[in-house]
Amino acid sequence: MASSLRRKQAPAAATARASARRGPAGLWNSLPVLPRHLLAALAALALVAVLTSVTDGLTALRVANVGYYLLAVAGLQLLVGFSGQISLGNGAFMFIGAYTTALMVLYTPMAPLAVVMLAAVAAGCLAGMLVGAATARLHGPYLAGATLALAVGLPAVALRFPDLLGGSNGLFFSLRGAPPALSGLVSDSQWKALVVWFVVLLALVVLATTSRGRLGRRMRAIRDDEAAAATAGIPVGRTKVVAFVISAGCGSLAGACQAYLLGTATPSSFTLALSLSLLAALVLGGLGSLWGALWGALALVYLELAGEELAHAMGLGSNVANNAPVVFFGVILIVIVMAWPLGVQGALSRLGRSLRGR
Amino acid sequence: MAPTALDHLLEVEGVTVRFGGLAALSDVGLTIAPGTVAGLIGPNGAGKTTLFNVLSGVVRPQSGSITLKGERLRDHRPHQLAGLGVSRTFQGLNLFGHMSVLDNVIVGADRLARGGLPEMLTGLGRYQRDERELTARAMAALEEFGVADTAHALPGTLPYGVQKRVALARALVSEPELLLLDEPASGLSGDDTAELAAKIRGFGRRMGVMLVEHHMDLVMDVCDHIVVLNFGQVICSGPPAVVQADPAVAEAYLGTPAQEENGD
Ligand SMILES: Nc1ncnc2c1ncn2[C@@H]1O[C@H](COP(=O)(O)OP(=O)(O)OP(=O)(O)O)[C@@H](O)[C@H]1O
Ligand SMILES: [Mg+2]
Repeated sequence: MASSLRRKQAPAAATARASARRGPAGLWNSLPVLPRHLLAALAALALVAVLTSVTDGLTALRVANVGYYLLAVAGLQLLVGFSGQISLGNGAFMFIGAYTTALMVLYTPMAPLAVVMLAAVAAGCLAGMLVGAATARLHGPYLAGATLALAVGLPAVALRFPDLLGGSNGLFFSLRGAPPALSGLVSDSQWKALVVWFVVLLALVVLATTSRGRLGRRMRAIRDDEAAAATAGIPVGRTKVVAFVISAGCGSLAGACQAYLLGTATPSSFTLALSLSLLAALVLGGLGSLWGALWGALALVYLELAGEELAHAMGLGSNVANNAPVVFFGVILIVIVMAWPLGVQGALSRLGRSLRGR
Repeated sequence: MAPTALDHLLEVEGVTVRFGGLAALSDVGLTIAPGTVAGLIGPNGAGKTTLFNVLSGVVRPQSGSITLKGERLRDHRPHQLAGLGVSRTFQGLNLFGHMSVLDNVIVGADRLARGGLPEMLTGLGRYQRDERELTARAMAALEEFGVADTAHALPGTLPYGVQKRVALARALVSEPELLLLDEPASGLSGDDTAELAAKIRGFGRRMGVMLVEHHMDLVMDVCDHIVVLNFGQVICSGPPAVVQADPAVAEAYLGTPAQEENGD
């Protein structure tokens, strides 16, 4: 017993010594990708918990909004930034997730939340597979057009089937907030923010692991040169479809999180404007890195807020005020992309490089 | 003799490709033995790259057959070739412009990894080992071509000669049995070309090589066998000495004597 313990300790001590020599960065880099991403996700969840516990319920909801936008934009990043396929229609996958959630809650009320979320992912992935397979041969403007049609067409389905999908009013349902055991400790909105971020971070672990490894490299290779990628043995068509499936699964899960937060699924939340905002947020945040999705999601939530406040402060009429956030967002987008063509993340990584270079 | 030993690594028979009215290849046949370097030469537009594209499954011939390692290829798609041990470089470099040199070469090695889609998505199973092995192989390939110090650079930031080596490393890292090289010497300095010649002779010992090249000294130097194309037709085929002595080859490169006389 004692000897086996000692034998176990020796290599552990050696590892500890080696990593002490290399410092914390060395230890971190020596970890396999999956545990590294899981630890980072755990740290991020702790940060969200602290953030939501020191702020009010409204802020908690905004933090939750950043969470699901982050997931939707990150999924789009994998598709556009990594595999090089444009999509003007990822809002449609959020529609699918939100309505799957609403229908599950209404018609199978006993299903636990995890099952509802998994069903939303499955529905999104299925839709992504269909769209991806149908558009795998399309490039550039043709692909943009096809996905645009999806963004416009799919929400109209809710109007076509008013009995099932509630027409233009959408579906309303109520979900449990914080579990009774915790009711004194966390508010409902804080609990919901934590649930959303838990789901989002879990999905981000998959996205980060995928994009850092062979699949992400395959996608980037296809984006840069299809012929050379195929020569290296990479199945171009299949990889493109996989990118669509993952992206759609993330979009759908983001839609499910939104529905979970709001307790509604309405067609007016999933207009073409949503799809375009997701893409704009992606460009603003920076193409080609998952961090870009975070900056984009923050911009989506907080620039809209700033735009509303600005319109309010200037005492604009409601007609103008309703459109002010969009205009504001557009102006910021143009300014940022003109200053830093690679978006916020591009500017940050250049800053990091020049600091390290010195 | 072992049953797997083959006289011909590659056998091309009667391949014809027409682009509209233009016959890019007509009834082209050639063979490549393992462990030899075959040259494919001919004036601009003769159909050399088109033949590479037929072999890689990018262009479908109207007729003809391709037999690789004794097995007929039928309606093969470009991405299946790597798995069959065929690798190629491009006349343009076709490097992945937004990926590091190291990642470019790792993509070339991708077929050697064994993990499946679930592992790529979750980071479980072979994920970590695949990454480690591919990176090690890619670094070794970069070292073989003397460009390991550029591993983290983007290809576009490097001199042309270095980019050419990266493209070669990407094609070689998958340990192909047949290597198709499309104008590897174009744009290289004299020193680099001499070094390339030594490298190609080295490849020729490990695998079959098909070399498309306009640089005649290089071709005559490294090839065991040469096939000459003109207007899509094989006009001459044989060892370098035979090809050099053939008047039809000189005519193809200089234009027909009749035309030249008429021109003056
Ligand atoms: N995809 C295509 N569509 C139409 N014509 C083509 C296509 N590819 C090649 N061609 C034509 O076929 C002929 C042979 O072209 P190919 O590229 O094979 O020549 P090549 O021998 O490689 O010439 P070079 O030495 O200039 O590279 C040319 O006339 C070319 O214009
Ligand atoms: Mg050519």
